[in-house]
Amino acid sequence: MIEVKGLTRYYGDFPAVRDVSFNVGENMIVGFLGLNGAGKSTVLKVLAGLLMPSAGVVRINGVDVLEAPDSARAAIGYLPEEPPLYKEMRVNDFLRWCGQIRGMSKGDVDKRLPEVLKICQLTHVADRVIHELSHGYKKRVGIAQAIIHRPKLVILDEPISGLDPVQIVEMREVLKALKTTCTVLVSSHILSEISQTCDRLMVLHDGKIVAEGSETELRDRLRGKLAVEFILRGEQEVVESVLSGHPGLDNHSVRAENDLIFAHVEFSGDAREDLAKAFVEKGLGLRGMADHSSSELESVFIGLTRETPDMPKPEEVEAA
Amino acid sequence: MNALWLVTRRELSSYFNSIWGYIVAAVILIIDGLLFNAFALTDRPRLSFEVLRDFYYFSFGTTTIAAILLTMRLVAEEKQNNTIVLLDSSPLTDWQIIGGKFLSALMFLTLLILATAYMPAMIMVNGKVSMGHVMSGYLGLILIGSAVTAIGTFASTLSRSQLVAAVIGSVLTVFLLISWLLAKVADAPLDSVLSYMSLFDRHFRTTFMEGRIDTKDVVYLLSLTFGFLMLATRVFGARRWK
Repeated sequence: MIEVKGLTRYYGDFPAVRDVSFNVGENMIVGFLGLNGAGKSTVLKVLAGLLMPSAGVVRINGVDVLEAPDSARAAIGYLPEEPPLYKEMRVNDFLRWCGQIRGMSKGDVDKRLPEVLKICQLTHVADRVIHELSHGYKKRVGIAQAIIHRPKLVILDEPISGLDPVQIVEMREVLKALKTTCTVLVSSHILSEISQTCDRLMVLHDGKIVAEGSETELRDRLRGKLAVEFILRGEQEVVESVLSGHPGLDNHSVRAENDLIFAHVEFSGDAREDLAKAFVEKGLGLRGMADHSSSELESVFIGLTRETPDMPKPEEVEAA
Repeated sequence: MNALWLVTRRELSSYFNSIWGYIVAAVILIIDGLLFNAFALTDRPRLSFEVLRDFYYFSFGTTTIAAILLTMRLVAEEKQNNTIVLLDSSPLTDWQIIGGKFLSALMFLTLLILATAYMPAMIMVNGKVSMGHVMSGYLGLILIGSAVTAIGTFASTLSRSQLVAAVIGSVLTVFLLISWLLAKVADAPLDSVLSYMSLFDRHFRTTFMEGRIDTKDVVYLLSLTFGFLMLATRVFGARRWK
């Protein structure tokens, strides 16, 4: 779906992105992570056709953005951090117009509109003027304009910034729904949030990709640990015996509180499902499981952005 | 063509849906009416031809001002509000975007110019003027409006600020208005070039304003329109490389 080779982008003399290469397949959610000024938005703008690369090759759906920019843009839906909206228009009129400028016929837009309104949970505000909507709804209208024309690639720059916790959860659902029909690129500097929705993460720092892979792969790369707390009902000794007999755990502690047992477990791989199964097989009641690893994930992120570009690639780590 | 019309239609609706379009229309029509009352309708006996000529004289000024005021927002406002991203990320070509915006401003301006038709109509009812004089005058105003609208569109691509765009558009237009004065102090062959460029003195005052249509004027004003639209498209397209 996306092929990027040696992408470099200068703003004047300043190299915002340097020699970035990656490929992304279809129907994936890929997250771009990085501190402010890392080059995330620049990469996304080049992919969206807003900026031309200073060097390198960018192909979207097999079309080179330099050779056929208009065709490449036809396959893309883009939402920048601040949703671009004509606020004096009504939601449905705005979305109809966005569909038509991207090559849809009036009939196609009318058929597609109810579907998009439903995906983005906008049906009940379809007749409202955009400037009357809350920030969260404006973001959803922004996503709706990016997907109205059934693009193969949807690019969302910081889609959760400025949203309240309820809106963040709803946005997560919208992103997951998008994945079924297209490839989605998302940028964020909130690592714990992006790791929940993305199949693959790319970490940018100083205009370069310093790491890429799944959340577990990134954690492994800096030997970061997954930390989980199991909330169980049963005998503390049984819990202790399950944990002691389970291979691959780095550390664990157990405490009893209010007739419940809280088992804090740290492991390098992902043993969550195996442990849950083992607890249930021993007759323990599994009341809950809480991920305590986000703070460690932040440490991984900070570690990655402090690394030098010469650090080993994931495949070299695996070979070792 | 469909894409061009989509841009035109949206821009045109934004004039009618915003207070700005109505303010410009109201101010221009009031000024036109006041000038007509003050200068054209005097107690002194005058020929209808002279009254109509004076009407076109001050309508030239109000048309150029209206064109600058209507075009200053075209691209600058989109940059300011970041809605330019909608157009940038669409498959629309730069020419369709600029062309659509220009057409919307020209259509609104033409409606505004035609809304002054009650004044020539009053002259026709109370005096005697030829329909040819009326038509040629309006054709001249629309062609001048077209050229200044293109200049304003170009100016609007140069800045994020509408005020700066208006200033640039005004400076370019004033230069084309006073170039006949500069021609008087310039040496040959620059003097003839400057003299030819003069919007009012060379291409309106002695032809359209007097009821005559000269193809040289039509070609010049259309060339000016096309040239500035080309420049606007070039400048607009360059943003992807900055």
